[in-house]
Amino acid sequence: MTKKPKIGVFKFTGCAGCQMEIFRMENEFLDLLKLFDISYWKMIKRDNDDEGLDIALVEGGISTPWEIEEIKCIRKKTKFLVAFGDCAISGCITSIRNWIPQMESEETVYPDPSKICSTKVMGIGEYIKVDAELKGCPPHRDTIIELLKSALLKIKPRLRQHPVCVECKFNENPCLITSKKIPCMGPVISAGCGALCPTLGRECEGCFGPMSNPNAAALADIFRDINLTDEDVKRKFRKYAGMSPEFRLEAGH
Amino acid sequence: MTEKTIHVDYIARVEGQGAINININKDGKIENLQFKIFEPPRFFESFLIGRKYDEVMELTSRICGICPVAHQITALRAIENVMGIDPCDQTKDLRKLMAISAHIQSNVLSMYFLSLPDLMGYESAIAMAKDHMDIVKRALELKKLGNDITQIIGGRSVHPVTMLVNGFSSLPSKNKLQAVKKRLVNLKKEAHETVDLFANIGIPDFVRKCEHVAISDSKYYAINEGRLKSSEGLDIDEMNYREHIYEKQKPYSTALHSYLKDQGSFMVGPLPRVNLNFDQLSSDAKNAAKRSGVKFPNYNPFVSHLARAIELVHDIDESIEIIDRLALKEEQRGITCKSGFGAAITEAPRGSLYHSYTLDNNGIVKKADIVPPTSHNAYNIEKDMHELIGTMPDATIEEIKFKCEMLIRAYDPCISCSVH
Repeated sequence: MTKKPKIGVFKFTGCAGCQMEIFRMENEFLDLLKLFDISYWKMIKRDNDDEGLDIALVEGGISTPWEIEEIKCIRKKTKFLVAFGDCAISGCITSIRNWIPQMESEETVYPDPSKICSTKVMGIGEYIKVDAELKGCPPHRDTIIELLKSALLKIKPRLRQHPVCVECKFNENPCLITSKKIPCMGPVISAGCGALCPTLGRECEGCFGPMSNPNAAALADIFRDINLTDEDVKRKFRKYAGMSPEFRLEAGH
Repeated sequence: MTEKTIHVDYIARVEGQGAINININKDGKIENLQFKIFEPPRFFESFLIGRKYDEVMELTSRICGICPVAHQITALRAIENVMGIDPCDQTKDLRKLMAISAHIQSNVLSMYFLSLPDLMGYESAIAMAKDHMDIVKRALELKKLGNDITQIIGGRSVHPVTMLVNGFSSLPSKNKLQAVKKRLVNLKKEAHETVDLFANIGIPDFVRKCEHVAISDSKYYAINEGRLKSSEGLDIDEMNYREHIYEKQKPYSTALHSYLKDQGSFMVGPLPRVNLNFDQLSSDAKNAAKRSGVKFPNYNPFVSHLARAIELVHDIDESIEIIDRLALKEEQRGITCKSGFGAAITEAPRGSLYHSYTLDNNGIVKKADIVPPTSHNAYNIEKDMHELIGTMPDATIEEIKFKCEMLIRAYDPCISCSVH
């Protein structure tokens, strides 16, 4: 029998929700243990080994000098490194603070900011080479399974790049923008959630980040046509992926 | 005696990034003791300024991936308190079912996956599964139960989406709730087995009387609403929280430490809840507590595991009650933006959670103030650790390390939350 691939799960600046989504695979968790050697996962294990990893799932963005060193170190020890969730891809909602002077944020929260050494928050791709991105806040567990299966079979994972609108059509939802003039981010957001929010009676807020090659400017125009102010439009794009090249302009760079 | 330096650079089996630093001099005196939280801050209270009232639930959900539901409900209630909105009973019931489901998930994670390996002599639940597959399977099934209820009502278990100011974007299907009710009834046995497991397992014999704090209500086991009370007579409305509790920054921690005015440290979490609200537990949960042979109120922090197990029995009972009385009718969600200040306290799985917001006339956030359970507990954890080390003068460095880690895990800290 060939050796089981070694997996490590790492947390940087984030909420641990992506790790919880791995652990949400209650049905598949025991199978996962048969197929993989989970050798590093601080939240679950006391004995951890991060040497010679086949796969690293990295949750969280980078927001301290210490984290820059740490992510480079993990990169060196890992064959296949995954930016696991929106924070690791582009900082997710924490990146809203990148538009606020750092000193101002620190003074809002801490009586003595001199003890804090934070920087703007960035995706891990800002500092290291990333082999795959799993979009979502959090990523859907079907995508996680797809990625792990592909890793076992040594093939490229099939990760979706089309917009949420496609999944909305599959669910036969009426379009919220055209039928109700509700500012839905669906047309520019990557699918993968199964059009969760529009199916449950509310607009997509964009938690899976930009789809491949979105027309963000056109959607921003539509939002202004249905009476959103410039500030409202900025808030829409400066949320889950304001730092992404696709949304930077509309987010107010 | 020799000098001892205790250093754990990254505490395992807790959420987030924390360390322990302790120096004991050659007279056995503790000279320096730090529960050092080095989690990078995300500055939620800064970037929430300028955001709209209807985004606050969605944004603050991301403070924590384990207890997003608690942050969502606390944020929604604080915003509703600004606007003078009192949601209908159905909304309150559905929110309570959401909160309880999140407690089930989180408390099962804490008991079985984060702490039980310590008590059974394994490095992790993964290692434990080799010898005790039945226990790990039971844990996964209970955890799935909690997560599935959150998903049925909220759309997904991590960062659910349907809870809004004054209502829900969509109601759960009756059939799905009835199906989950059957599972709740069936898994009650597993909840009782959980109580028995934690009642009979060896825990350190360590008692430190400190002030226990939780929200409390005369009729219900308080989770989403109640007055903030303590074992020493504190009894306040959530809107007056800041008159009684303040925070200090420690140079070694990115999480602020909470203090009760004129009192000092205090504890929040499942043990204070069971201690203060024992009478409001379901009769089966009370019986399970009696069967355990452990007396409440109890001031051994390691009894927190058993408190979680007792709550699990109660959580299942109350979930069934709520599902039975839910009529699930479509309701109108009226909202009129108002400016002003609003605060709310709920019981997150790890204890009392405070949010407050100041909004302007357009519903834009002008000020945000958030205090998670682990900020409330951080100073108390240090005081417990101090006294715990005093009880083991002859212990080796490894033994002290392990006991301190166990103590911290008994509190089930949520470090990302505490820093936010």
